[in-house]
Amino acid sequence: MWTWFYRLASPPHVYRVAATLIPWFLTAAAFAIGYGAIAGLVFAPPDYQQGDAFRIIYVHAPSGWISMFAYSTMAVAGAIGLIWRIKMGHAVAAAVAPIGASFTVLALVTGSLWGRPMWGTYWAWDPRLTSELILLFLFAGVMSLRPAFEDSNRGDRAAALLSIVGVVNVPIIHYSVLWWNSLHQGATVAKLGKPSMPPSMLLPLLSMMLGFMCFFGAVLCMRLRGEVLNRERQATWVREAIKS
Amino acid sequence: MNVGRPIEAETSVGARRAMMLIMHRELCLSFRRPEQLLQPLVFFLIVTTLFPLGLSVQLSLLRDMAPGVLWVAALLSSLLSLDSLFKNDADDGTLEQLALSGQSLATIVIAKTLAHWLVSGAALVLVSPVVAIGLNIPVSAFATMLLGLALGTLTLSWLGAIGAGLTVGLRRGNVLLSLIVLPLAMPLLIFGAGATDRAISGTSAAGALYFLASLCVFTSTLAPFAAAAALRIALD
Amino acid sequence: MGGYARFVWPCFGFACTVLAWNLWSARRFHAAARQRAGRTLAMSDEN
Repeated sequence: MWTWFYRLASPPHVYRVAATLIPWFLTAAAFAIGYGAIAGLVFAPPDYQQGDAFRIIYVHAPSGWISMFAYSTMAVAGAIGLIWRIKMGHAVAAAVAPIGASFTVLALVTGSLWGRPMWGTYWAWDPRLTSELILLFLFAGVMSLRPAFEDSNRGDRAAALLSIVGVVNVPIIHYSVLWWNSLHQGATVAKLGKPSMPPSMLLPLLSMMLGFMCFFGAVLCMRLRGEVLNRERQATWVREAIKS
Repeated sequence: MNVGRPIEAETSVGARRAMMLIMHRELCLSFRRPEQLLQPLVFFLIVTTLFPLGLSVQLSLLRDMAPGVLWVAALLSSLLSLDSLFKNDADDGTLEQLALSGQSLATIVIAKTLAHWLVSGAALVLVSPVVAIGLNIPVSAFATMLLGLALGTLTLSWLGAIGAGLTVGLRRGNVLLSLIVLPLAMPLLIFGAGATDRAISGTSAAGALYFLASLCVFTSTLAPFAAAAALRIALD
Repeated sequence: MGGYARFVWPCFGFACTVLAWNLWSARRFHAAARQRAGRTLAMSDEN
């Protein structure tokens, strides 16, 4: 029953599975993001407090979520590589890092553009914004540490350890609006019980979240294939694989 | 090679005695080169001078920015001395010998980090009143400032041990060390400066100090193992 | 956009840019990896 799990440690298997997943993820992402963006920009009613500026949520919230998800994935994958010495774990961690960093930048920029009309400022040193910025620095640290080693194995393991140390920041980002007085609004969707948004606003948001997740999966698979090739260059299965 | 885990775990020296021996060695080595101890302190003094000079603020404004300036300067000067935590021993092979000695790497890390804090962080705390006067911090805030700095520099030493362990083998690990440690130290900066700030304005700094203390306990318990794991990666 | 157009559209535009960059960067990375693998195989074939 667990063979599908064990096979994920095999580089050629991962290379093939990633290839088959990409078109599915991309199609799902295209539909979900397409619907979410159009419904969010056109069909959702304007917010009674924020007017049309609230529409930024349709890119800001999903990108913030992805940035945290990506870092967690990177830490977990690194841990798998470190603890069980499964090289594919390190491959996934290396592949996720630039993707996660780009979504962190997206979250920060869209948040900043949203803050200007809403709070009157492009930036505030409040807990959520600050911890998201720290997340970007953590990504930068991990991405700088890995290539600094001459032995790539050592680099992988050092980067994995660093990402695990930094993962404590992710719950801080998430709970910062709960623990501190923050300018940033609290949880709207992930509250237990009914979310405080009407369906006409909520559905496009959920669709964008799903779309971004599928897109993340697609791009991760694409990068992962590159990482696998870089790490397994000497292996015999590569010869047949790169011909296709 | 099984670093730190010998085949026969025959440790004739207990962990506590080993820690004492290692700390004694570290302190002896540090005091043999007193100029290396003084450099980060002088850096601390100079950096705290740079801000008032660069901003040419009046005394009242200086008081407002004093906590931040103090803590940023403490952070930066701690970073300077962190590089030598493991590097010297790694370069001449002592670190491998320590790892093979049968003592757990975590014990070794604790001993080295505590010794390092005694000569860098604790020294910084002792010098801070002088700097505080220069930054126009009122004497009433000194107690909070000293306690906060003591907890903060200790936490920073633990975080720095992780960073130093990760970068010990690298040729230009200095900048990378800062890049790794500073984001981790940001919450520390926020609460440390916040505590001093509250003390200056007269409100209770207890909450911030408790948070600093909890950060210190958190890192003290977990950092030795993380740093030991980092060293194991470097030494394997 | 109720007066907020100059904030909303740049956000969506930047989001498109980030998504596009991710796709482009991942493709390039994979292509470069394939090239390098091909070269390694070619070198080992010569020996």
